[in-house]
Amino acid sequence: MSVVYILWLREVKKYLRSRVQIVASLGGPLMYLGVLGFGLGPVFQRAGEGSYLQFVAPGVIGMTVLFTAMFSGIAMLWDRQFGFLKETLVAPVPRLAIMIGRTLGGATVAVLQGTLIFVVTLIAGFRPVSLLAVPLAFLVIALIAVIFSALATAIGSGLKEMQGFQMVMNFLVMPTFFLSGAIYPLEGLPRVLGALTRVDPLTYGVDGMRGLLTGRTHFGVALDVVVLLGVGVLFVVFGAWRFSKIEA
Amino acid sequence: MSDRPIIRVQHIVKSFGSVMAVNDVSFDVRAGEIFAFLGPNGAGKTTTIKMLTTLLHPTTGSLELDGLDVTTHQTEVRRRFGVVFQDPSLDGDLTAWENMDIHGVLYHVPRQTRRERCEVLLRMFELWERRDDFVKTFSGGMKRRLEIARGLLHTPKVLFLDEPTLGLDPQSRNQMWTHVQSLRASEGVTVFLTTHYMDEADRVADRIAVIDHGRLVATGSSAELKQQTGTDSLEAAFLKLTGTTIRDESATATDQLRQVTRVWRR
Repeated sequence: MSVVYILWLREVKKYLRSRVQIVASLGGPLMYLGVLGFGLGPVFQRAGEGSYLQFVAPGVIGMTVLFTAMFSGIAMLWDRQFGFLKETLVAPVPRLAIMIGRTLGGATVAVLQGTLIFVVTLIAGFRPVSLLAVPLAFLVIALIAVIFSALATAIGSGLKEMQGFQMVMNFLVMPTFFLSGAIYPLEGLPRVLGALTRVDPLTYGVDGMRGLLTGRTHFGVALDVVVLLGVGVLFVVFGAWRFSKIEA
Repeated sequence: MSDRPIIRVQHIVKSFGSVMAVNDVSFDVRAGEIFAFLGPNGAGKTTTIKMLTTLLHPTTGSLELDGLDVTTHQTEVRRRFGVVFQDPSLDGDLTAWENMDIHGVLYHVPRQTRRERCEVLLRMFELWERRDDFVKTFSGGMKRRLEIARGLLHTPKVLFLDEPTLGLDPQSRNQMWTHVQSLRASEGVTVFLTTHYMDEADRVADRIAVIDHGRLVATGSSAELKQQTGTDSLEAAFLKLTGTTIRDESATATDQLRQVTRVWRR
């Protein structure tokens, strides 16, 4: 347990110390919130869908959690060849404890960053329909964080080169975001796109959050949470298995 | 020094595909000695250290550390050694103290002992005043010293040092070896090291093994190796044993990244 705790603490400490990075990583979400939120607002309104800011805010929170969780996991690439990972791999502790500590650390960082963006959306004018639902929304945020932190651990365990990082960003993280329904409604999509959105775990995360915070949901919050839990367990097991295979 | 070898390596072979990195190597390291493992680039030094530190499994052959089979008693063996890898394995975004502390937790050193050992070792390696500074602000020599201090925190029986003075200036190298030599007196630890610098091996090592092309070509004290080869310096003995051809290691992705980080860390 103390091993899991100290590795978790390490991730959180490093995050809290990287003030520049925290501010820098607000840039992307702010742009989506500001430019899309206000830019697409009038069109969205005219289409009879209500406030686009209300719609997109949970999506932007989901995006932040996705990006942060994936980043912290992929950062293992640095740890792996030139740093700290080897130190943990020769220690007399089970690999599983190391993996859980790192993954929970990455997930916690993602939740913290998500919270920050949540506050920013509130400042921008986002209004959750019920304050009671906010803690539940955070449960969904935590699930998203764990899912992608575990996935990142799984991918990071196999990555050996910096170029691989670009691959992951372009072929996994960006599609996950764009296919999640974070920035457009899931109703009435072309069939192929509709099918793709359904295999994206983030879709259920964003839908669950949106359901809880704005009352608008496509699948129903219960189904969203069930899917997230299932995928979460699957990815953690997958991540642990991949991590156990690392050769130093 | 006791009679039982602390490390016993018997007929180990490690092949990567068709490449034999280590080919039927056997040697013993006695408890309390400083044992130097020498060889040209790509001779199999690091592969051997990786096998001894449980990071790689030998293809065939047996490895024992403190009487325990390294392959089957991984966790017990890991408690008994400390290691300083060729590449730094510190976390630059944490302080020296935090790096030490995490190590202590990973090796289940009780809190009180951890604090005491951290202080003793940081003082010994002249890092106590810098304990709350981020490691990324440290010089190469300071980082190396911190890594050695960290490797000793859980009072290991064997300390592995893979090219500990690579990239250090002569002052830092000199200071490093003074520290390593005093370890035997203060910690009673066996030191297993690899280096490219013959003068260093000559100065600190009780016994030396020379490996080339994955095979052990000679073992003995510096004087014995000189006598064996009829040379008057360890460098000359080394060249006589391993030849003068330059070995070109194929640059792997890791090597390339390593170079990049070296440039950026300066």
